[in-house]
Amino acid sequence: MVDAANLLNKENIISKEKNLKVNLSGIVLDNPIIPASGTFGYGYEFSELYDINCLGTFSFKGTTLEARFGNPTPRIAECSQGLINAVGLQNPGVHTVISEELPKIRKVFKKPVMANVSGFSVEDYVKTVELLNKESDIGWFEINISCPNVHGGGMAFGTCPKSAALITSSVRKATNKPLYIKLSPNVTDIVEIAKACEDSGADGLSLINTLLGMRIDLRTGKPVIANTMGGFSGPAIFPVALRMVYQVHKAVNIPIIGMGGVSKAEDVIEMMMAGATAVEVGAANLIDPYVCRDIVNDLPKVMDKYNINNLEEIIGGR
Amino acid sequence: MRQLWFKIEENTEIAKDTMKLILSGDATGVERAGQFVNLKIEGFYLRRPISISDYSENSLTLIYKIVGDGTLALSKMQKGEKIDTLIPLGNGYNIDKAGDKPLLIGGGVGVPPLYNLAKKLVEKLDPKDIKVVLGFNDKLEVFYEEEFKALGVDTKIVTVNGNYEGGSKGFVTDVIKDMEYSYFYTCGPMPMFKAIEKNAKTSGQYSFEERMGCGFGACMGCSCKTKYGNKRICKDGPVLEREEIIW
Repeated sequence: MVDAANLLNKENIISKEKNLKVNLSGIVLDNPIIPASGTFGYGYEFSELYDINCLGTFSFKGTTLEARFGNPTPRIAECSQGLINAVGLQNPGVHTVISEELPKIRKVFKKPVMANVSGFSVEDYVKTVELLNKESDIGWFEINISCPNVHGGGMAFGTCPKSAALITSSVRKATNKPLYIKLSPNVTDIVEIAKACEDSGADGLSLINTLLGMRIDLRTGKPVIANTMGGFSGPAIFPVALRMVYQVHKAVNIPIIGMGGVSKAEDVIEMMMAGATAVEVGAANLIDPYVCRDIVNDLPKVMDKYNINNLEEIIGGR
Repeated sequence: MRQLWFKIEENTEIAKDTMKLILSGDATGVERAGQFVNLKIEGFYLRRPISISDYSENSLTLIYKIVGDGTLALSKMQKGEKIDTLIPLGNGYNIDKAGDKPLLIGGGVGVPPLYNLAKKLVEKLDPKDIKVVLGFNDKLEVFYEEEFKALGVDTKIVTVNGNYEGGSKGFVTDVIKDMEYSYFYTCGPMPMFKAIEKNAKTSGQYSFEERMGCGFGACMGCSCKTKYGNKRICKDGPVLEREEIIW
């Protein structure tokens, strides 16, 4: 018969021996797990389910200068091992985020939070970052130049090295906080864009955003998504994300937050071995709302299985 | 909301492409008619949101239509199998506004949540004062007439082609236009909603359907605009009041 008390003891011993801490541009995370922007709202839905202070941090809902409703519905389509979304950056705008959302986040989350910012012009990005920069709860900026679901901005900035560099250098002047640029996989050469961001003052890179995709409803012959196309995410994109993290890690000297289909502790280890310093979990939160907590709990056991004592040591391979 | 395993006790066809799924498990926390669950079906990435037709502390009755591959796979699940379930979700109907003579209007697979609603209303009103109008396309699709009648509520069936014995021909709006009622509750397809909106004489509540990502308010996949600001069908709905809806 299995002795439950002994099992628990063993888990306790494992978790004490394992070091999950990672240093993300000068701020030490208790563990590398970060719910990805757009899948975790401003944290409250999840704080009702578990204590979200077990997370490394979380990247809050993509915030723009003005409030946005986003795209018409349907915004969601099912895929094999993933989903397509075309939410279109629905958010209440930076002023409301500062006056209403941040105070609410503060009540449920006691660690520095990651501010995810989007825009439609260089000025949008700069103004939004300037406003958020005064907030002491914000640890990092994650600048989204890769949203596939908005026109006139979003991904357009992230698909060309020159515009990626322009956004990076402009936002760089607006903040001294660690600046991460979130890159699009919908490009010919992600390495070139990653280097352009590094050369323009980025402290780190987040990759990958969603892959542009679509589905057609066979009954109507029309796209399932009202906006025709959307961003594909979920376990199906994990190998693509891993490959890009690996390529970019080889080419730059700044930390990478790896993401794309991460759903379990083993994926986190793999993503870190490919070169990620921290790991975001996106789509999985929508299917299994406890997934990030479970990954944090599972990591020591999985580290033990692969004889890893210190997570930072596996970044970029062993 | 909690994530729990439920066990299938029954999963049978009760009308054309319409399945009744009875689950056993911890259903405490469900408070209102019109709330829903989100089921994980093996082989499909997104969960499937399905309204609760009836519930007790330890069981759930769900009635769903086979409309795609996910619900088809669900229909093939057998007694004894277990389902990963998020429960309870959504706001549900507010029965405090019913008045003394509420009208319940269901269309097709929108009928199920009205059953528990009728049960709740029967607890506080004379069943004879509760009117129920259920619309279907064809007699083969009709279900739950007997269940509603067993509650003692005034139940009328209407089919588009008029082939259901004991029912009338036409649309639900043909039946409700001459009725007197204090308030209405409805669930069904959008064309029916629009017809009701033109005909209804009182305030009421509509339960909406939308493609959802998470079902619990995180992804903004099912947002809609209302007169009182943006709402999420899954979390702030699926029930919206007539006064706030922008058509």
